[in-house]
Parts: sequence; structure tokens; C-alpha cells
Amino acid sequence: MEQLKFDYPSAVRPVTKRAHVGVVGSGDMEVLMQPSETGGAQVSILTSVNGFGASWKAVMDRFFAKYDGAVRIDINDAGATPGSVMLRLEQAVEMIAPREVIKQ
Amino acid sequence: MSSAIVIPAYVRRHSFIELDARARAQSLMDPGSWRELVGPFDRIESPWLPMQGIAPQSDDGCVVLKGTIAGKPAVLIALEGKFQAGSMGEVSGAKMTAALDLATQDSQNGKKTAAVLLLETGGVRLQEANLGLAVIAEVMASILALREHAPVITVIAGTVGCFGGMSIAAGLSSYIVMTVEARLGLNGPEVIEQESGIEEFDSSDKALIWAINGGEQRVGMGVADELVLDDAEKIAASVQKYVRAGLPQVPRSQQVELYRERTAALDTSRQIDPLTLRKSWNRKTNQGGAR
Repeated sequence: MEQLKFDYPSAVRPVTKRAHVGVVGSGDMEVLMQPSETGGAQVSILTSVNGFGASWKAVMDRFFAKYDGAVRIDINDAGATPGSVMLRLEQAVEMIAPREVIKQ
Repeated sequence: MSSAIVIPAYVRRHSFIELDARARAQSLMDPGSWRELVGPFDRIESPWLPMQGIAPQSDDGCVVLKGTIAGKPAVLIALEGKFQAGSMGEVSGAKMTAALDLATQDSQNGKKTAAVLLLETGGVRLQEANLGLAVIAEVMASILALREHAPVITVIAGTVGCFGGMSIAAGLSSYIVMTVEARLGLNGPEVIEQESGIEEFDSSDKALIWAINGGEQRVGMGVADELVLDDAEKIAASVQKYVRAGLPQVPRSQQVELYRERTAALDTSRQIDPLTLRKSWNRKTNQGGAR
């Protein structure tokens, strides 16, 4: 099991809602997204699959290239693929801001 | 040229099995009546799983909603079958027990509060060993306390089913609702095969397993009360019916003499087939249940 942490200080647009999506089942993960308490965005990941830190960072970099909300993100992961991770993140964004479209 | 498009009911229906535990729970409460207790943002996770290299879940696979069903006070406790096979750990068990005990307290104070259990579980969470066993014992004690005051309704929708110690908890509840896809049994098929050999029980033979553990057989035998389709509205209607019904005259698990007689009357000199068992045990309700 591995704990990963990433910071995105330039994601500063305030958000007000929180969202929980997904299940820590095989090949899936849960994400808790809520307003950041310290400004900027913080990501904390607990994954049962070791050795994929670079992939996680690539997915998160890509997500925060399109999304600028100041959120705290906590992920419990049971082996979600990068595609599933991105879908879960977008699903959470959709819940905290239904009208907000992530920049394509 | 135009022709009406007919969409059959089995396509239009809203599958219950496809929902996760939280969505299942929400679909059974009166809309707008509920709130979640000890939800994911409270982050009460299993402290034991990370020590064993397993990612925990922020609700420990147990969703507790408080609100009303059919206008009556109710608490709904749903296990998430996709997280660690819905297994009972220290945290999920404590949530279930506490919710049942609060319902008992409210009931004793004049506010009869029914409980609905959505059980998708293989039983004890092996990684939490004795703590898991202990919470299952506590859950059983809490069900026995509450069922004196208000109905405890177990729904087994599938596809995990309900096995191990939690199948006993299901057996203690006032009513059991099952789908055709659901299974209910003390030992899981693979456990029986592992312990007693493939001649005893072939766990790869799905037709055999469903003929013995499946919802149709369990309702046919009279050890569960209603067979429903995998349809969120139909399951909600069934739960509402039992919330309104109140307490059964005699809980199934107190009908000791009846089950002793039934067991004694079985002819064990030959292999008993599921249909014969259904007929000899429960002539009254052997009409295919809700189907």
C-alpha cells in the first residue's frame, strides 16, 4: 500500500460544496472532494497497488490543467485504471458544480 | 409510416442490483425525509485494513440513513457488497449496532422505529478476525432487542447474497425480502466444497447453487417472505408493505417446534431435491412467490 500526496497551489477558485463518489471495489476507487481549508488544491491518495506514483501524478497534473477549483481531494484506491480515475474525478466535479464544464 | 415503440417492462425497470449501497438505501426512503449518519466525510474508516496493505473505505462499506418509510420513522442500514464483499468489520458492525440500538431506544420512548437491513455480505471480515465476530454477535443481540418493538426487515438483492454469521442475523429479522438473483445460506458454496469435497457441493454449478440458496427456493421453503423482481420501485413497495405491517405474530426464529417437526419429517435415506423440500416444508406459499 502506498500513500501519495500532491499540491496544486494555483487552483484557487473557491468551491462551496462537497461530493463523494465511487466504491473501493476491485478496479475502482472512491473520491471525497470538498472545499480546501488552506487555499490551493491538495490531493491525498491511499492505494493498495504500489509503484504507480508517476501515473497518479500524470493523471492529477492533467486533471488540474483543466480544473481550477480549490478542493481537498482524498482517494481510497483498489486498483482503478487512469481512465477510471479521471472519470471519477469528473463525476465528483459534476456533483459539486453541475453547470461547470471542465475545460476540454 | 410510424409505429409505436413498445419498450418492455424489463427494459424500463430501474434495476436495484446495479445501484451501489448508498443509492440503494436512498431509493427505499421517503424522498426528502432522510439524512445520513456517520457518512463518508466523517471518515470513520477501518484502522485494521491499512495495516494489512488494504485500502479502507471512508464509510467502511456501511451506509446508515435515518428518516421515514411509508411515513413511519425508520433507519436503513446498507452494506456495500463491492467493498471487501460487504464483510463485517469493527467499524461497519459498530455503525449497524448503534443504529439498531438507537431505533430500539426511540421505540421504547414511544417513537416506533423500523429498521431495514440491506445485506450483501459474506459475513465476518477475516482481516478483522475476532472484532468482526464480536460485532456480528452484537448485531444479532440488537436485532433481537428491536424486533420486540418494531419490524426489522432484511432485503437481500444480490448479487453477493447473504452468508456466514450475517445469514443468522437475516434469520432473526421480522421479514426477509429476496430477489431471484439473491442467495441466502449459512456457509457459502465454495466453503462447503472446500471443506466437504466437490461430491458434496459443486460450487461451479450455478443452477445447483441457486436451486438451494436462491431467492425463489428460500421464499418457496418459507424461510424468506417475499420474492421480488430486481426493480427499485417493487423492492421499495415491498419494504413499505412490511413497515406498515408491523410485527409478525411469531418471529420465524421463535417457531422452534415447527422447524423441528419439519426437519424430523424429512426422509434423509435418499437425496432430497430442492422442489420436494419446498413442497414438504411450505405447501401454503409454494406458488412461486411474487413472480
